[in-house]
Amino acid sequence: MSELVLLKNIQNPNAHRIETYENTGGYQGLRIALRDYAPDKVIEEVKSANLRGRGGAGFPTGLKWSFVPKDSPLPRYLCCNADEGEPGTFKDRILMERDPHQLIEGMIIAAYAINCRTAYLYIRGEYGLAIEHCQQAIDEAHALGYLGPHILDSDHSLEIHIHKGAGAYICGEETAMLESIEGRRGQPKLKPPFPAVAGLYDCPTVVNNVETLACLPHLFRRGGEWFASIGPNHSPGPKLFGLSGHVRRPGVYELPMGLPLGELLEDYGGGPLTGNFKAAIPGGVSAPMFPRDQFDIKMDYASLAEAGSMLGSAGVIGLDETASIPMVARRVTEFFSHESCGKCTPCREGLGWAAKILRRIEAGQGRQGDVEQLEMLCGGIFGKSFCALGDGAAWALGAALKHFRHEFDALITRKSMVG
Amino acid sequence: MSDVRSPSDIKRDLAPKVQQVMTRYPTPRSAIMPALDLAQQMYGTVDGTIYQAVAELLDVPEIWVFEVASFYSLFDRTETGRHHLRLCTNLSCLLRGSDGLMQHLQQRLNIEIGETTRDGAVTISAVECLGACEIAPVLMLDGEYHGDLTEEKLDRLLSSCIDQPAKETS
Repeated sequence: MSELVLLKNIQNPNAHRIETYENTGGYQGLRIALRDYAPDKVIEEVKSANLRGRGGAGFPTGLKWSFVPKDSPLPRYLCCNADEGEPGTFKDRILMERDPHQLIEGMIIAAYAINCRTAYLYIRGEYGLAIEHCQQAIDEAHALGYLGPHILDSDHSLEIHIHKGAGAYICGEETAMLESIEGRRGQPKLKPPFPAVAGLYDCPTVVNNVETLACLPHLFRRGGEWFASIGPNHSPGPKLFGLSGHVRRPGVYELPMGLPLGELLEDYGGGPLTGNFKAAIPGGVSAPMFPRDQFDIKMDYASLAEAGSMLGSAGVIGLDETASIPMVARRVTEFFSHESCGKCTPCREGLGWAAKILRRIEAGQGRQGDVEQLEMLCGGIFGKSFCALGDGAAWALGAALKHFRHEFDALITRKSMVG
Repeated sequence: MSDVRSPSDIKRDLAPKVQQVMTRYPTPRSAIMPALDLAQQMYGTVDGTIYQAVAELLDVPEIWVFEVASFYSLFDRTETGRHHLRLCTNLSCLLRGSDGLMQHLQQRLNIEIGETTRDGAVTISAVECLGACEIAPVLMLDGEYHGDLTEEKLDRLLSSCIDQPAKETS
């Protein structure tokens, strides 16, 4: 078992308090960053450590920061995306509830890198305990001079405000989140311009995920080289995996990337609840599923992308032989249909129709040609909307149809034979 | 309930906290969500009178407030029971039996999803992923999570709702 970094204090009931955090090396990374690195050098160090975003897209964090224009006279903003809502994902909640100072320290370092003085922490409204513990962490950090003016007697000043979400999956999409902080409905905007150039209040803005930011204190305390030495070259650093669904030991596990999916499900998840696994979803329900004969796939950004799926939020959902894939596809499609913001017609209308057809198939009322109709709808949605919500929905449904067509056909044929 | 309150009553109740929230943002519009949240904590639901009060407090058009209130699912625009039980029905919970638990709830309370018991004690809702799949099936009752649910656990939670007739916001 490898050394725990992000979860090292997770069993300590006082891990959310600043004394515990400081006693185990907390805020040392910030001291080192402020003392030894100019903001540009912070960005260089994160680039050389090859930290990639833990929210879903896996974009290189240092590169994202480097897109913030150096000469802009406008204020810069940092927004932490803690609107965790991708079904099967709960890692950020656990980090914020149990050890929130990692995130706060990470936000202070990121803000220093981009010369930002006001940061927003957007936490979904359902996460009551996470909101309480993050606010307490902010207050504690303030009291000890880690936040506010002239942090640790440096020129860096920062205030962090929590913005509480109110139940909208789409606000996990970065431009929708910025709209939401501005007090609007959470509807994505066309990119470009990217938030780094014109984001919150039309100012240069960086949006990073909770786990991404929580990596920073460790990266600076122990160095980018140490960080890059964990896991495969292209996907380094500690990583949280959430295991749920038909596994015996659901929970959050910290592991290097690159382990085979099957090993994660069997050795850490404890194996299937009933019989054998049939399939698994590797990174939240937007990520296309793999049937069991592909469980040797390595759980890292590059390998999953090459195999036509994604690491996404690393929320792994096990499906054992009792799971009906048409039911899984129906429930996931209903979710996306419900959460579509309604802005783009292909996503809004297409997903509604797909859900309707899937309900019909599941109820034994499917018609010949329904699977082809669903495939046609997936093609009509994918790549034809502003944001990735429709893409994820079409992608996930497409994989279910591709790998388990026989289950859909069986439900449709049974009906045809009877009637 | 807020039909007995005038916009000026609501403004008086909300003003100190809303003014404090406004200092966090460069524009008053950003304070709409937090102001609605404060109003809902105070009165249980949000409605037209509250939109008007919030709009006047922030000096923004009332339609901006309504837009936000109607987009986000955690704002309750209709009266709910004294206790609101939100059962997650998304994939990880479904795989661990949330559909059976939902049926059990409906039978025990003799209401459909989205309805409130006749005594006004409990509203049940089916919700999307609550982000606590490690304890699936999971529900949120009055803001608190309860996981690893079974029918027996649900029954115990329901009895606690019925034994506690009032919550502070009513």
